Amino acid sequence: MDWSQSLRLVAPEELLSVAGLVLLLGSAWAKTARDARAITWLAVATLAVAAAIVAPWAFGGVRGAETLAFYGLFTADAFASYAKLLIYAAAGASLLIAPAFFERVRGYRPEYPVLVLFATAGMGIMVSATNLLTLYIGLELNSLAAYVLAAFLKDDDRSAEAGLKYFVLGALASGILLFGISLTYGFTGTTSFAGISAALQSGVSTGALFGVTFVLAGLAFKISAVPFHMWTPDVYEGAPTPVTTFFASAPKVAALALTMRVALEAFGSQVSAWQQIVIFAALASIVVGALGAIGQQNIKRLLAYSSINNVGFLLIGLAAATPAGAAGMLVYLAIYVAMTIGGFVAVLMLKDENGNQVEQIADIAGLSSHRKVLAACLAMVMFSLAGIPPLFGFWGKFVVFQAAVEAGLLPLAVIGIAASVIGAFYYLKVVKVMYFDEPAMKAVRHSDWIHQALLAASALFISPAGYLLTKCLGGLAAAAAAALFHAA
Amino acid sequence: MIQVIAFYLFAALTIAAGAFTILSRNPVNSVLWLIVAFFNAAGLMVLCGAEFIAMLLVIVYVGAVAVLFLFVVMMLDIDFATLRAGFIRNFPLGMLLALVILGELVIGVGAYRTGALELGTADGTAAPAPGASNIEAIGALLYSKYLFLFEAAGIVLLVAMVGAIVLTHRQRGGVRGQDVARQIARRPDEATVNVKPEVGKGVQL
Repeated sequence: MDWSQSLRLVAPEELLSVAGLVLLLGSAWAKTARDARAITWLAVATLAVAAAIVAPWAFGGVRGAETLAFYGLFTADAFASYAKLLIYAAAGASLLIAPAFFERVRGYRPEYPVLVLFATAGMGIMVSATNLLTLYIGLELNSLAAYVLAAFLKDDDRSAEAGLKYFVLGALASGILLFGISLTYGFTGTTSFAGISAALQSGVSTGALFGVTFVLAGLAFKISAVPFHMWTPDVYEGAPTPVTTFFASAPKVAALALTMRVALEAFGSQVSAWQQIVIFAALASIVVGALGAIGQQNIKRLLAYSSINNVGFLLIGLAAATPAGAAGMLVYLAIYVAMTIGGFVAVLMLKDENGNQVEQIADIAGLSSHRKVLAACLAMVMFSLAGIPPLFGFWGKFVVFQAAVEAGLLPLAVIGIAASVIGAFYYLKVVKVMYFDEPAMKAVRHSDWIHQALLAASALFISPAGYLLTKCLGGLAAAAAAALFHAA
Repeated sequence: MIQVIAFYLFAALTIAAGAFTILSRNPVNSVLWLIVAFFNAAGLMVLCGAEFIAMLLVIVYVGAVAVLFLFVVMMLDIDFATLRAGFIRNFPLGMLLALVILGELVIGVGAYRTGALELGTADGTAAPAPGASNIEAIGALLYSKYLFLFEAAGIVLLVAMVGAIVLTHRQRGGVRGQDVARQIARRPDEATVNVKPEVGKGVQL
C-alpha cells in the first residue's frame, strides 16, 4: 500500500479536519458576532474547496482498486464522491443560514461552524467506508457533533430536550449497530465489506443473519426509517431550525449512502437476506410518514414526518437491489436535499414583527396575501414533496418506482404510489391554509438576503427548469451506482 | 476440558450478573453486580487468548466503575451513619462476590495455562502472529493497518471534548480575573493615591 496515494484519496477529510482544528483555534479569540460570521464564511469556503476536490472523482466515475486507501479501509470512488458533493452542499447551506438565526437569540458562537465541519468530515468517512470499523468511526464522528448541535441553544428548554433525546436514542442505535457488527465479524471472520461479501457467498448462517438484521436496524435509526423513527419529530421540532435543516439533509444523505453500501456491497451476495427488511421499512415509513403528518400543528414536525415519508420512497430503490435502483435513489437524494433545504429555509423566513420564528401552521394562514413570493416558494416545495408532475420532485419518485417495477417489485411500487396520495393530502393542506384561509398576518417580517438567495436557488432547482438537469444528474448517478456495483 | 467448563462458568455468570445489575433495586448492589459482569467478561477474553483486552476490561471498567461509585457517594447527600449501616447490610453480598471472583481467578488462570480457545478464526485472518504478545500484535496492527481509524478516533474524542465544553461553558460577568501584564506594568504612583479627607466626610475610593 502506498501512503502518499492513500493520503491523496482522503484529501477532503484531511482538509475538513485541519480546517476544523484551525478554526477551532481561531474561535478562541473570536469575541464578537462579526468574528463568528467570518469563521462561518471560512468554513463555507473550506467546504467549497473540498467539493472541488471530490467533483472530478464524481464526474470521472472512478472505481476499482485505485480508489482504495489505507489497506482497503476507505474508498474514494464515484459513489462516495457523489454523496460527498450532496453532503458538502447541504452542510454549506445550513452554515449560511445559521448566523442570522442565532444572532437574533444571541446564541451564535463560532463553535457552530467548527462542529459542522467535523460532522461533515465524519459523514465523508461514512460514505467512503469499506470496512465496518470505518463505518462506525465515521458514524460516531458525525453523531457526536450532531448531538451537540441539537442542544446548541442551551438556554432553550426545547433545544436541550432535543439534544438529550437525540443523544440517548443515538447511543442506543450505536449499541444495536455495534452488536450487529460484532455478530457479523464473529460469523464471517472479517470486517471488510469485500471479505464479508465473499464469506456470505455460500449462504447465510442464522448468526450472520442476526448480524445483518442488527446492522440494518442500527442504520435504520440513523436514517429514521419506521419502526425506528420515533425520535425524528421531537428532535426536528426542538433543535434550532438551521440545525434541523442540517439534520434533515446532510446526515440523511450520508446514512442512506452508507446503508446502500452496506446492503449492496457487504451483504450484496445475499440480497434475499435483507430485501424483506428493506421492503417492510420502506412501506412502513411511507405509511407512517403520511398518516403521522396529518394531525401535526407545527410545520417543523410536519417536515419531519415528510422526511420519514421520503426515506420510505428512497428505500424502495434499495429494495430493488439493482444498479438502476441505486442510481434512482441517488437522483432522488439530490432532489430531496434541494426540497428539504428549500422547505426549512422557507420556515426560517417566517417571522413575526418582533423577529420571532413562526412555526404553527395556523399562523401562516393567508400568507399569500402579504408575502407572495415566500408563499409561492413554500407552495412549490410542498407540491414538489408531494411529487406532483411539473415539479422536479416527481422525477425522483418516478425513477425510483421505475427501478422497482423493472426489478419485479410491482406490488411494492403500487402500494408506494397509493400511499403517496395520502401524503399529498397534508402537503396540499399547507398550500390551502396559505392561499385560501383568512390571513392571520403573523409572519410579516422580511429576512436576510442569504435566506432569500438560498430559497430562490432551491426553488429554481425543484421547478420544471430542473428537468434540464436530468441528463447530467442521471449520468452522474449511473456512474456512481456503477462504481458501487463494481466493488460488490 | 477445563477450558469448556471455565467458558460456561464465565458466560453463565456474566449473563446472571448482567440480569441482576438491572434487576436490583439498590443502586449500590447494581454497581457490585456490574463489577462481577465485567470481571467475567474479562475471564472470557482470557479464554480467547486476548489477555491484553482482559486487562483493559478490568483496569478501565472495574476501575472506572469504582470511581463512578465513589463519585455517586461523594455527590449525593448521604448521611454517614446510614452509609455505615448500608455497608454492614451490603457486606455479606460484597464478601460473597469477592469470593466468587477469587474462585474464578483460580479457574481462569488454570484454564489459561492449558491454551486459548480457538474463537473467531474461521479463515485464520484474526489469528495472532506467532510469538508476538497481545500488546505487540495490537500495536503492530493499530499503527500500520488501522492507522487511519486510530487518527479518526482521535478526532472523535476531540469533538466529544469540544461538545462538552460548548454545552457547559458559560461566560459569566463580574468575575475578577487576574491580568498579570497589568500587575507588572503598574507603577507606584498609579497604585497609591494621597487623599486628605475632611472630618466626618469619609473617603471616595
